[in-house]
Amino acid sequence: MNLAEGVQIVSFGILAFMMLASAIGVVLLNNIVYSAFLLGVVFVSISGLYILLNAAFVAAAQILIYVGAVNVLILFGIMLVNKRRDFARIPNAWLNQGVTALVCGGLFALLSSMIIATPWSISTAPIAGDAALVEIGKHFFTDFLLPFELASVLLLMALIGAIVIARREFFPEEGEDLSAESNLTLPERPRELTGGRR
Amino acid sequence: MQLEYFLLLAAALFCIGIYGLVTSRNAIRVLMSLELLLNAVNLNLMAFSNYSDPAQVKGQVFTVFVITIAAAEAAVGLAIVLSIYRNRDTVDMQEFNLLKW
Repeated sequence: MNLAEGVQIVSFGILAFMMLASAIGVVLLNNIVYSAFLLGVVFVSISGLYILLNAAFVAAAQILIYVGAVNVLILFGIMLVNKRRDFARIPNAWLNQGVTALVCGGLFALLSSMIIATPWSISTAPIAGDAALVEIGKHFFTDFLLPFELASVLLLMALIGAIVIARREFFPEEGEDLSAESNLTLPERPRELTGGRR
Repeated sequence: MQLEYFLLLAAALFCIGIYGLVTSRNAIRVLMSLELLLNAVNLNLMAFSNYSDPAQVKGQVFTVFVITIAAAEAAVGLAIVLSIYRNRDTVDMQEFNLLKW
């Protein structure tokens, strides 16, 4: 990055504040639709942090995959599942939340003391910058070739698995005749097409 | 800019994610907290990649892998939530005790 030090510090501060505030919003807000949109803000600010870390390609991938795919998927999930009904109250919920907050605060204190106390070895090699894209490509097709191909197989498995899990399962009765169905269609439980209101 | 700033930020995001993971009652919010956790790990990887290994950027390669896995995880997780919602008619995590006892 060819930015002055002060500009970097200021933009880091703004991005960090945006990210932490919207992450807390994701966790604490009551309306889950607001949480989903704030999750998009978290992803965008993390992508900005990646640009501060000289990684333009991963920043673009972050926006494309997280904001474009995962966040939209979560919004669709909310639309399919959301039912405006409050959950049954459980006794001593505040105790649960208080203990969890205590544990998380302790974990953060532990991690931050470790981060501050450790002498990190900072490399002085020249920063790849925009040539990082070429480096990533070389890594993918030489020393990380096997994980790369395995990732593609995993994506295919997730694709098929998600369809199979989310499908309405249907077990045909004994005497039922399915010969009218083509071999290319999966047997599915019949559903009403309109009026999703219950 | 220092490495420690990014590591502290990632640690804070990770702790927020764990808090949400444990206390949320809506199953979709649990999935969102999982995404926060994965993003905190990614931020760590990218910070180390920039400050400790800037010449051959292996941290960015790992980040791309984690993003891939996260996308697959979100798809399967939402399919499972949809399936549970269809069977139990709720997304309350407190009522998912199929395997508890």
